Amino acid sequence: MPSRRETFTAGALSVSPMVAGVIPFGLISGITAMATGLTAVQAMTLSITAFAGAAQLATLQLITEGAIPAVIVLTALTINLRFAMYSASLAPHLYRLGPGWRLPLAYFLVDQNYALSINRFQYQDRGPDPLGHWYFLGGGVTMWVTWQASTLVGIFMGGGIPRGWSLDFAIPLVFMAVLVPNLRHRFHVAAAVTGGFVATAAGSLPYNLGLVVGALAGIAAGVALERRKGG
Amino acid sequence: MSNTTLWLTILVIGTGTYLLRLSFIELWKWLRVPPLLMQALNYVPAAVLAALVLPAMLRSGGSIDVSFDNLRLYAGLTALMVAWYARSMLLTLATGMTALWLLQALV
Repeated sequence: MPSRRETFTAGALSVSPMVAGVIPFGLISGITAMATGLTAVQAMTLSITAFAGAAQLATLQLITEGAIPAVIVLTALTINLRFAMYSASLAPHLYRLGPGWRLPLAYFLVDQNYALSINRFQYQDRGPDPLGHWYFLGGGVTMWVTWQASTLVGIFMGGGIPRGWSLDFAIPLVFMAVLVPNLRHRFHVAAAVTGGFVATAAGSLPYNLGLVVGALAGIAAGVALERRKGG
Repeated sequence: MSNTTLWLTILVIGTGTYLLRLSFIELWKWLRVPPLLMQALNYVPAAVLAALVLPAMLRSGGSIDVSFDNLRLYAGLTALMVAWYARSMLLTLATGMTALWLLQALV
């Protein structure tokens, strides 16, 4: 039976191959936050409270475009709706823990840590897993340190990068790299294609509402196709 | 946006995100997720991310532009191929930015 410390370390080691992918993402979000006109304190507050790269970048992009706060909040939280899905998926394995574990563990629920932990909970061992939450914590803390450190470095680099470098284009590129692994099935492709083109067509709507309309159309397309054709 | 509004926006996003993460871990004792909601949540990342990416490529100047002047479209398509085959954030970023800089230098 491995100890708590060994299980924590196993979690930390399992996410470490993904650290290399997180660093440029964190750098870009720090750099972009400064280019958007946030103070370093605001940029770090966003990074620490949200701890969600895609939502942070979308927030910054929409601030630059002059979107109203309601649309910014709605967009960021829509992007983060997947955490509610992860939460539901991990809940059967975590809900018996006391609040001293549940409340902090929820904070560390990010994509990479979710993927590895659900894999451990569901597939590795059908028996009881009394230390699974230590594994989750190890992965979460590793992702947290990587994300906050790379964002902080980006914040310090931020001011010195000339506008002519078109670094704002890095935001859609990051989204693209996050999007592609999400296209696991043709229903997901349909959701993405519909969401992308409807958002483009509706792009002249005020307050960046085209984004919300596109996202809803994409979700509806995925669900409708799945219900019609079956998995 | 005023400084106060900006702070409020940041804090609402942060708090809301934490509550989304906590949601079903806390509520599991009392309720289960309806299957249709779970099914819909499954498509959120693909739909939202594409809704962010495509307009950035196709409407980079504000209106829809598929002409050769829209350099971000062609740089983006190049990056998309790399994202698809290499599945690497770093390579996707590097290819897309390099393609855009090359096109800007050439055109």
